[in-house]
Amino acid sequence: MSDPTGSGGMDGQAGRNLPPLRLHVPEPPARPGESADFTHFDIPAADAAPRPDEAAQPGDMRDMAYGLIRVLNEEDAAVGAWNPRLPPETLLRMLRYMALTRAFDARMFRAQRQGKTSFYMKSTGEEAVSIGAALALSRDDMCFPSYRQQGILLARDWPLVDMMNQIYSNTGDRLKGRQLPIMYSAREAGFFSISGNLTTQYPQAVGWAMASAARGDTRIAATWCGEGSTAEGDFHSACTFASVYRAPVIMNVVNNQWAISSFSGFAGAEATTFAARAVGYGIAGLRVDGNDILAVYAATCWAADRARSNAGPTLIEHFSYRVEGHSTSDDPTAYRSAEEGSLWPLGDPIARLKAHCITLGIWDEGRHAAMDKELAELVRDAAREAEKNGILGHGLHHPMESMFEDVFEEMPRHLHEQQQQMLDEWKAAGL
Amino acid sequence: MSEAIETEVVREGMTQEATVDTIHMNMIQAINSAMDVMMERDPTVVVMGEDVGFFGGVFRATAGLQQKYGKNRVFDTPITECGIIGVAVGMGAYGLRPVPEIQFADYIYPALDQLVSEAARLRYRSAGEFIAPMTVRSPFGGGIFGGQTHSQSPEGIFTHCSGIKTVIPSTPYDAKGLLIAAIEDNDPTLFFEPKRIYNGPFDGHYDTPATSWAGHPHAQVPTGYYRIPLGKARIARAGGALTILCYGTMVHVVEDTVKTLGIDAEIVDLRSLVPLDIDTIEASVKKTGRCLIVHEATRTSGFGAELSAQVQERCFYHLEAPIARVTGFDTPYPHSLEWAYFPGPVRIREAINKIMKD
Repeated sequence: MSDPTGSGGMDGQAGRNLPPLRLHVPEPPARPGESADFTHFDIPAADAAPRPDEAAQPGDMRDMAYGLIRVLNEEDAAVGAWNPRLPPETLLRMLRYMALTRAFDARMFRAQRQGKTSFYMKSTGEEAVSIGAALALSRDDMCFPSYRQQGILLARDWPLVDMMNQIYSNTGDRLKGRQLPIMYSAREAGFFSISGNLTTQYPQAVGWAMASAARGDTRIAATWCGEGSTAEGDFHSACTFASVYRAPVIMNVVNNQWAISSFSGFAGAEATTFAARAVGYGIAGLRVDGNDILAVYAATCWAADRARSNAGPTLIEHFSYRVEGHSTSDDPTAYRSAEEGSLWPLGDPIARLKAHCITLGIWDEGRHAAMDKELAELVRDAAREAEKNGILGHGLHHPMESMFEDVFEEMPRHLHEQQQQMLDEWKAAGL
Repeated sequence: MSEAIETEVVREGMTQEATVDTIHMNMIQAINSAMDVMMERDPTVVVMGEDVGFFGGVFRATAGLQQKYGKNRVFDTPITECGIIGVAVGMGAYGLRPVPEIQFADYIYPALDQLVSEAARLRYRSAGEFIAPMTVRSPFGGGIFGGQTHSQSPEGIFTHCSGIKTVIPSTPYDAKGLLIAAIEDNDPTLFFEPKRIYNGPFDGHYDTPATSWAGHPHAQVPTGYYRIPLGKARIARAGGALTILCYGTMVHVVEDTVKTLGIDAEIVDLRSLVPLDIDTIEASVKKTGRCLIVHEATRTSGFGAELSAQVQERCFYHLEAPIARVTGFDTPYPHSLEWAYFPGPVRIREAINKIMKD
C-alpha cells in the first residue's frame, strides 16, 4: 500500500533533523485513589475584585475575566464593592430556596434509585448559581437553562408537584411523558423547554433577547451552560450574535469542573478561564465564585442592569464544583478523586450563607435544622401527591395515541395513519 | 391571468382577499413578493440571513425589504448557520415569525442540530408550550455549475426527521403561494428554492440558450395575498400512460421530455414532501399503472425511496411495471461532469421507454 501521508509512516522522520512533535492530552490533577490537591488554586480575597460601572466598555474591564468576584469572606462577612447589601429577609429567602433545591434533589434522586423514574440530575453544590440568578432577575425575564438549573423553577415558586409529575412522566405531566426527567418546560415561569443537546439554548436565548430588543420590550434573557459544552459551536455562534447585536442577554457558564468524566481541561481550562471567552468577542466577562450566592446575585444584577440599559451582553463564569455525579447514570468514584468534593476550597454555598446569616444574628442552627426538616416534609408530601398520578412504567401515563400529537400543530395524514395502524395492531393482538 | 390560476385561487376560498391584479414575476420576484406581502400583513415576520439586508441577498430574493421594513425586521447575520437557526428558534419562542435564509442548501449542515433537534422538536417536547414558526428559505439543486458546495439537494435528510415540513415550488405562482402558506404555518418549514429555475424554466437542455419566465402562464402572479395549502400536489400534466412524480426543477425537465416523446404521461408536481399529498399520488398511479420518480438528489435513502415504498404499499396490484427512479447518482455533485450527473432528458427518456416496455 502507498503511504497516503507521505510521511514514511510511524517512524516518518527520515532525513529530517527536527524534534518529534508531541500531542498534549489533558489529565486531571487527581484520579480515583489519589489525593485531591487544590493548593494551586489562586483564590483572591473576597474584597479584591473591583466593581466596574455597568456601562463599562468590555475592553476596559478585561481583568474581571481572570479574577474572581467574591463577597463572603473567610469570616462569613459580606465585604467589598460587590456586596449587594441585602436585607435579612432576602438573605433568608436565598437560604430557604437553596435548601429547598437540595431537599428536592435528595428526594428525587432517591425516587430514581427506588425505580420510580428513569433518570435524575442533582445540582448539589451548585444551588447558588440558579437561586442567586433567579432572585436577581425579574420574574418575567426569560430563562434558557441547561439541565442543572432546577433552582430557577423553585425560586420562581413553580409547583413542586408539577416538576415531579414531569420526573415521573405520569398522567399529570404537562409534557405528556415525552421528555427525559428534569427536562422541564414552564412558559409561565419564563423557563424555556430544556434540550438534552448541549448549549443549543445559547443562540436561542440570544435570539429571544434580540427579539425583545427589536420590539422595544424591556425584558431580557438569560441562559446557562456547563463549562464542558462551551466547546460546542452553538456557544461561539451565540457569543458572536450577542456581541454583534449587543443583545440584552446574560450568558452563564457554570464551571463545575466536570463534564461527566471529562475534567474542565478538555474544554480549555488549562489554557485560560471560561470568562475569558468573552474577551475575544468583546463582551463583558465576569468570573464569579459560584458557591457564594451573594457574588452570583451581585454579578447577575450588574449584568441585568447592563442589558437593560442597552449596554450589551455579559458572560459570567460561575466557578463551582459538581459534588455529585453527572446524573444517576454515572459513578463519579470511577473517574475522579473521592476527596475533591469535601476539599473544594470554595466550600458549600448553603453552609456559607447559613454561616453568614448566623454571624449577622438573623439565623441559628436550631432554625436551620427546623427548616431542613420542614422542607424535607414539603417535598415528601409533594412526591406523594405526584405519585398519585403514577410513576414511570406503571401504566399511569398519557394514552399511547397521544404519541402522535404535537409533532405538528395539525396532525398530518401520515401520522393519522400510523396512529391508526398502531391501535389496530394492538387491538388485533388482543391488548 | 390564466384559467388554472383563477381556479386555484377560488378553490382555496381566499377569493375575498385574493386580488385579481397579476403581473409577470420570475421566481425570485415571486418569493420577494411573498415576504413583502407577509411583512406588510404581520409585524412579527422578520427576515434574516447572510447578505439579505442592505444588499438584498446573493440571489436578490430579499431586495428592497430592509429599505421598506427597517433593520429591526430585515437584517444581515454573521456567517454561522447554527447561529442563524438557533437565533430564529429563540425569536419564535418570543413570538416572532422568522424567515431565515440559508444562502445555499449546501450550507445548511452546520444548522442541522438546531433544525432537527430544536426547531422540529420544540412543539412536541414542550407539549405545545413553545413553537418554532419559522420558514427557512434556501436555494438548492444544481444546474448552475456550482460544484459540490453550491448544488446539493438535501431535502431527504429533513423529510426523514419528524416535526419539520419540506416544501419545494416549481413555478413563480406556486413559490409565492406556498411561501406565504409556509410563513403563516405555525410549524417549522424548509422552503427549498430550485435556483436553476429562479430566472426561467429549465428543460434540461443545457446546451441551448436559457429561457426566461416571460410568457409562462405560471409566471403571472397576483401582486397581493394568496396562499397555496401545504401538502397539496399539482397535476402539472394530466395523462393516462404513466405517472411521473417530481418536484422543483425536475418538473420542467420532465414536462419537456414527455412533450418530446409525445407520451401521455401524468406529471405530478409534489410541491410539498412533508406533508405529502399521497391521495393524488395514489389516484394517479392506480389510474396509469406505472410510476416513475424523478429527483435530483442522490438516490440511496433519497425521497424517491419513500415515494417508491408508499406507491408499492398502496398501488401494488395496479402496477404494470416496476417503479423506477431517475435521480442524482450517489456521488458528490461533480463540477465538470454536472450534465452527466444531472437527471436530464436522456436519462428520463430512457427510463420512460423502459417502464413502458416492462
